[in-house]
Amino acid sequence: MTTVVTILFFGVAYGMILYLISVGLSVTMGLMGFINLAHGVFAMLGGYVTVTLMNRLGVPFFPSLAAACAAVTVLGFVLERGLYARLYGRSELDQVLFSMGLIFVAVAIARMVWGPLAQPIQLPDYLKGQTDVLGVSLPAYRITLVAFGAVVVGGLWLVFDRTLFGARIRAAVDNHDMAEAIGIDTSRLFAVTFGLGTGLAALGGGLGADVLAIVPSYPLLYIVYFLIVVAVGGLGSIKGPFIAALFIGLADTACKYAVPEAGAIFVFLLVYILLLWRPNGIISRSRADG
Amino acid sequence: MNPSSASSARVLVAALRASSGPLQAAPWLAAAAGFFLFPGYEPLATQIFVMILFAMSLDLLVGYAGIVTLGHAALFGCGAYTAGILALHGMTDPIATALCAMAAAAAVGLLSGSLMLKTKGLALLMLSLATTELLHEIANKAAFWTGGADGLQGISFGPVLGEFALDFRGRTAYVYSLAALFIVYLFLRALINSPFGWSLRGIRENDARMRALGCSVFSRRLAAYVIASALAGLAGALQAQTTQFVALDSLSFELSGNVLIMLILGGSGRLTGALIGVPVFMFAQDALAKQDPANWYLWQGLILIGLTLFAPGGILGICSRAWRALQRRGGP
Repeated sequence: MTTVVTILFFGVAYGMILYLISVGLSVTMGLMGFINLAHGVFAMLGGYVTVTLMNRLGVPFFPSLAAACAAVTVLGFVLERGLYARLYGRSELDQVLFSMGLIFVAVAIARMVWGPLAQPIQLPDYLKGQTDVLGVSLPAYRITLVAFGAVVVGGLWLVFDRTLFGARIRAAVDNHDMAEAIGIDTSRLFAVTFGLGTGLAALGGGLGADVLAIVPSYPLLYIVYFLIVVAVGGLGSIKGPFIAALFIGLADTACKYAVPEAGAIFVFLLVYILLLWRPNGIISRSRADG
Repeated sequence: MNPSSASSARVLVAALRASSGPLQAAPWLAAAAGFFLFPGYEPLATQIFVMILFAMSLDLLVGYAGIVTLGHAALFGCGAYTAGILALHGMTDPIATALCAMAAAAAVGLLSGSLMLKTKGLALLMLSLATTELLHEIANKAAFWTGGADGLQGISFGPVLGEFALDFRGRTAYVYSLAALFIVYLFLRALINSPFGWSLRGIRENDARMRALGCSVFSRRLAAYVIASALAGLAGALQAQTTQFVALDSLSFELSGNVLIMLILGGSGRLTGALIGVPVFMFAQDALAKQDPANWYLWQGLILIGLTLFAPGGILGICSRAWRALQRRGGP
């Protein structure tokens, strides 16, 4: 019983990190139809900024996260305007190659600035211990992950479903030309959404620095997981990636616990089956790839 | 335009036209001459030949059939492990093991291709990536067969054709891999100029129209995928035979990415792109990664971004644009 709760809990915590990092990718890919392999770069930068602020300047955990999120949001906005926007409508291959180029540049810069070794995060004391929940002792850090993730999911849902900004995004995902025809400034919308998506990734990277270690090869190491969440969840939605991220988090944790000698084999098999069953994802709003 | 520059352009155009036949033969003559001119560089040259073969097999998919895959290393690694495992179990004839490796890679290509080619766009990319990751994880965990993360060590092969030993100097490996590459090049050239090759280009340009013409799009794409898989498996087998080692990295996403970059750097969809892109990539990697691997990553990234933003078509794309500009200046 305790084992089951622990696996469930660790799986959900892992899924929350995957969700925070990937949801922005899902929305921006659905909006712009851009195959962006470099999304992990922003999560990595979020992690580095958080760790650096905490370890070198002694800034507390949550203010560091906020600063990382803000800094990367601005960077994402600038990169979208300066580089990404030039490649909308180009072939899939060009977009894949361009985003791979961005990954390599980011890996090189991370290595030059922070060195090849992992940057350990020094969690504040109140996140280090264990807390009893329903008679099971669980690490406080992961409880925070889950709580934080839940708040972000709620907030995203409010923005996406209940605000004019969210309605504009949904409109542009459903039909880009029509959205533009009724007066939505789609290029500004793209840039703002891209910035917010990368900011969320930075938040996920910083918050999850103890789960997904912050190393220069971060964008290459975890790219598969982020892309899987998006591909399985479906483009242009915030609900699909949530289900997919929880599913992947739980399945990965459970399989690695139950059959450690099989490693990640089952997860990749599951992804295979899911993608063949629903090539456009569990929930898809996008028409571009339909 | 200045008349003297026009006439000199005309002379240049005529000279280049006259030499287009020898130009095609030039890389092969250079490779053959290299055997006598650069003793000591055989192992590096062999690596380059193997990667060219690998990149050419990818060109059939990316450049002709329009299938963008991030999982071509799956088939390379499959061939490499097949050859290595066979050698460990007593089957050491290089050509026989290479043929087995091709068959194994073709089988994997048939299975994965028949599943993933039913999708397109992001799902196809992801399935190709998932195939590599799946095989990588299997090879990593099945250490009993594959040596796990340490790779497959201590493999050795018999002499080629029962006559020429694959020795440490690498003279045999040089000729053996160059011969394999040349045969594959002739085969692919014939294939892309056949009706089948033209139907692949048609599918790349407009698959709906090809379907309307009565062409079986799925089975043609699958056939191309299986052929490319077998050739990638051959490249993997050659790698295992000439280096006597199979690394777990031969099934990595990074190798899939690198071979794609080598191909694009030279120029895809022209078969000769791999002949240019692979050596340029490998020499640049050698020169730039010497002091610091970060250095190489940075340049690789910048070159990729530059290529996609400013020079689609790679090095040969730049050359052919320059050629057309020259023709316009030089007149007919």
